[in-house]
Amino acid sequence: MPVLWLFLIIVALSAFGFIAGRARAYQSAGGDVRNLHSLPGYYGYNVALTALVPALAVLAVWLLAQPMLIENSVSKMIPDEIIAEGSNRSLVMSDVRRVANGLDLAVSSGAMTNDEVNALSTDTSDIRATLGSIGVALGSDVSPEVLAAAQSYRSKSYTGTLVMTVVVLLLAIGGLALAYTRTHKDFRARNVVERGVLGLLIIAASLAILTTIGIVLSMLFETMNFFRLHPWTDFFFGGTWSPNFRGDSDLSILPLLWGTLYISFIALLVAVPIGLFAAIYLSEYASNAVRSIAKPLLEILAGIPTIVYGLFALLTVGPMLVNVFGRGDQGLLGVEWMSGATSVLTAGVVMGIMLIPFVSSLSDDIINSVPQAMRDGSLGLGATKSETVRQVIMPAALPGIVGAILLAASRAIGETMIVVMGAGAIAKFSLNPLESMTTITTRIVSQLTGDTDFASPETLVAFALGLTLFVLTLGLNILALYIVRKYREQYE
Amino acid sequence: MTDLTNSPAAGVPRPKHGTLLTQDARTAKRNAAEKRFQMYGMIAIGIGLLMLLVLVFTIVRNGAGAFQQTFITLDVQLLEDKLDKNGNRDIEEISKVSTFGYSPLISQALEDKIASANVQTELSGKQLGDILSKSAAATLRDFVLQNPELIGTSVSFEFLASSRVDGYLKGRVTRDSIANDKNISVEQLDVVDQLVESGSIKKTFNLSFITGADASDQRPESAGIGVAMVGSLFMMLVVLALALPIGVAASIYLEEFAPKNWITDIIEVNISNLAAVPSIVFGILGLAVFINYMHLPMSAPLVGGLVLTLMTLPTIIISTRASLKAVPPSIRDAALGVGASKMQSVFHHVLPLAAPGILTGTIIGLAQALGETAPLLLIGMVGFIASNAPDSVASGLLSPNSAMPAQIYEWAKRADPAFYERAWGGIIILLLFLITMNTVAVILRRRFERRW
Repeated sequence: MPVLWLFLIIVALSAFGFIAGRARAYQSAGGDVRNLHSLPGYYGYNVALTALVPALAVLAVWLLAQPMLIENSVSKMIPDEIIAEGSNRSLVMSDVRRVANGLDLAVSSGAMTNDEVNALSTDTSDIRATLGSIGVALGSDVSPEVLAAAQSYRSKSYTGTLVMTVVVLLLAIGGLALAYTRTHKDFRARNVVERGVLGLLIIAASLAILTTIGIVLSMLFETMNFFRLHPWTDFFFGGTWSPNFRGDSDLSILPLLWGTLYISFIALLVAVPIGLFAAIYLSEYASNAVRSIAKPLLEILAGIPTIVYGLFALLTVGPMLVNVFGRGDQGLLGVEWMSGATSVLTAGVVMGIMLIPFVSSLSDDIINSVPQAMRDGSLGLGATKSETVRQVIMPAALPGIVGAILLAASRAIGETMIVVMGAGAIAKFSLNPLESMTTITTRIVSQLTGDTDFASPETLVAFALGLTLFVLTLGLNILALYIVRKYREQYE
Repeated sequence: MTDLTNSPAAGVPRPKHGTLLTQDARTAKRNAAEKRFQMYGMIAIGIGLLMLLVLVFTIVRNGAGAFQQTFITLDVQLLEDKLDKNGNRDIEEISKVSTFGYSPLISQALEDKIASANVQTELSGKQLGDILSKSAAATLRDFVLQNPELIGTSVSFEFLASSRVDGYLKGRVTRDSIANDKNISVEQLDVVDQLVESGSIKKTFNLSFITGADASDQRPESAGIGVAMVGSLFMMLVVLALALPIGVAASIYLEEFAPKNWITDIIEVNISNLAAVPSIVFGILGLAVFINYMHLPMSAPLVGGLVLTLMTLPTIIISTRASLKAVPPSIRDAALGVGASKMQSVFHHVLPLAAPGILTGTIIGLAQALGETAPLLLIGMVGFIASNAPDSVASGLLSPNSAMPAQIYEWAKRADPAFYERAWGGIIILLLFLITMNTVAVILRRRFERRW
């Protein structure tokens, strides 16, 4: 692992720099700390950071950029003719990478020498068999162009890594030397170090923005690729979802959106009344003892991983519902309305249970922030507690509670594991809650797991779905936060 | 309050000589409404707590079985002429004998056992063999390869029973339920019953569930969650190593240094929105950036850790900022007053005082990341069977592995109900981890929290 070693060497260099810098500062001050501008440690940090930070930054950027650059230049070597029908450039490139990795493995395991690899040609040897013998399985025979591309890929990667090592090491040593020579008793080391640390803090803070940009860009590019392969009118306005991996599929978001909204609606139907009444009881009626026990217990429900709820839906709630609504004469109601354990109701009810603490703790906060004077005024006029809650507190807290419900709805729409395990896989428009339906998140999972081919619309549609999901939840969140914030201002 | 001057509503009759001591109909109605309202609240809390109870009960009832496993004790003759024909105990030569060489020995041992226990049966050796796990021969072979000196002797060995026999002893499989089951017959269960009576089949604690690796579809009895646990551990290491320093640095900047301007506003709105982005979106990001663009290996805990880091960062930033905010300004002012720089006041005084809160927030963030499944599905940590625990840190980070929640999902998808028991058992282990982490967080908060 050369990168790990490189990293360790740089860290060691910077540790050495710390000690050397501090010693030099002492020396220049004649061994008397009072003659130094800054505390001696700062001179050490200055040297250490100058050695460490630029080198690591270049290392990171290089590691990110090198694969792309090599990919681009190697990809140009592949003529259009050898890209088979039904295949595409990125598939051929993944072949190239596999061959190149296989050759690397052959060299490192000692089956071939470097020169032998570079002299390989498809005329003289069977690459597939050779690589197969050391445990690298290839799907098809290697064409001369792919082999040439793989050899060039290898040599470019090798050169790139070599140059990177040299550059990064030079940077580290150069930084160390520069900072070391500048170390002098009058050098304002603390100011320099603090400015550097502030810079690092700013970079850390902007990582959040980078993540968002990364999310949006990664989905936007693939979504654009998708719309190049598939008409956008079908995606937004079509009526059927039937992916077909031989091509020619109907990929419309509308049935999925319907399933998502339907399940979320049922979840809210369960969670909102229970959560709201629980919050009202906890904040207006419950004694301190009840509150201190019931509130944390309810919040445990929020801390349980969603996979647990998923399993609960699939193996407990689903079969239970089938016992009630299905199985004909053997069932509880003697009806045959439900055939499988997965259904809108299964997923919705379980998701509702998950959302109870979410709704209740948000509403609890909001009800508590209604000023006590309003309660006192209402009670003083002779209203009962419930009348106070219904006619004074609720109207005052309503915008906040709407915000809380919107936040819960955004959670429900983005929830994955419960619907993957409990909702089923059939995309359709139906009002029957006992039928299984599918959601946006379920389809994202099923289109992107397993072998993914980033050139088929059936895979790429997942990114369009993801982007829609992102925009939908983001919109709900912003709206909810706006409402909550607006409401809070009223009573502050 | 102009309503006061209005006459009372026409429909409400007023008693002529009202007294506060007797309840009139209207008051009784209002009080009843009050009672009902309070009742709704209690019912709501009751439903919530009942759900929690049902959930815990279901998990424990269904999962407890995974911690016990049925074993059959057999005395196996390790015949020298079968396992080591030349008799020179050369490990190379012994390892040439495949599992097919061991199966007859086990069958023989089983027949001996049945004969010695006086069990009457008409089943053939092959059918009797189905009582044992399909992994029995491989287990024996591994044992012999580790202890070649035992060849030629007779050893008493505990074999895993097949999952149907295991289910029968645990009550999951009944004589009625196996009517259409090709894997086991009523006659075989008769033999099992008699062997249980003679004490050769018994249920014992199943350590290999906690330490072992996942097994293929055919052998639910030998599947374990241990290797997935190691995968989860490596992911958590990555999350801790990245999310804690980055999160703390970002919070310090935003809370202590950031000027109030539109850039800071954007960052803050961004962070609170990222905290609410569905976790599966982070999975898509991971697939597109780390795997498709950077060509990091699929299913590697490193990639899982990176994705979970991005997901946990907002949580850690929000809680860190809260604990930085809780440190009173007088601390900063005092430090600045005796000549510390702004940076020194933060790093020498504010940060140490906020550390317990930061730690608590980090542990809660880690617990959240540990239970997260959806993003892991997209980066391929499902469906991969890791047979061995990784042997070094580098391979722990880069070689394909699973994670605990992904492993549970994988088991829940399989057709054999024997795997469901494993899934519930896995959930018990996962929840034990989460409970421990949250308890540590609560204890830390109780012990070190300062009220200013």
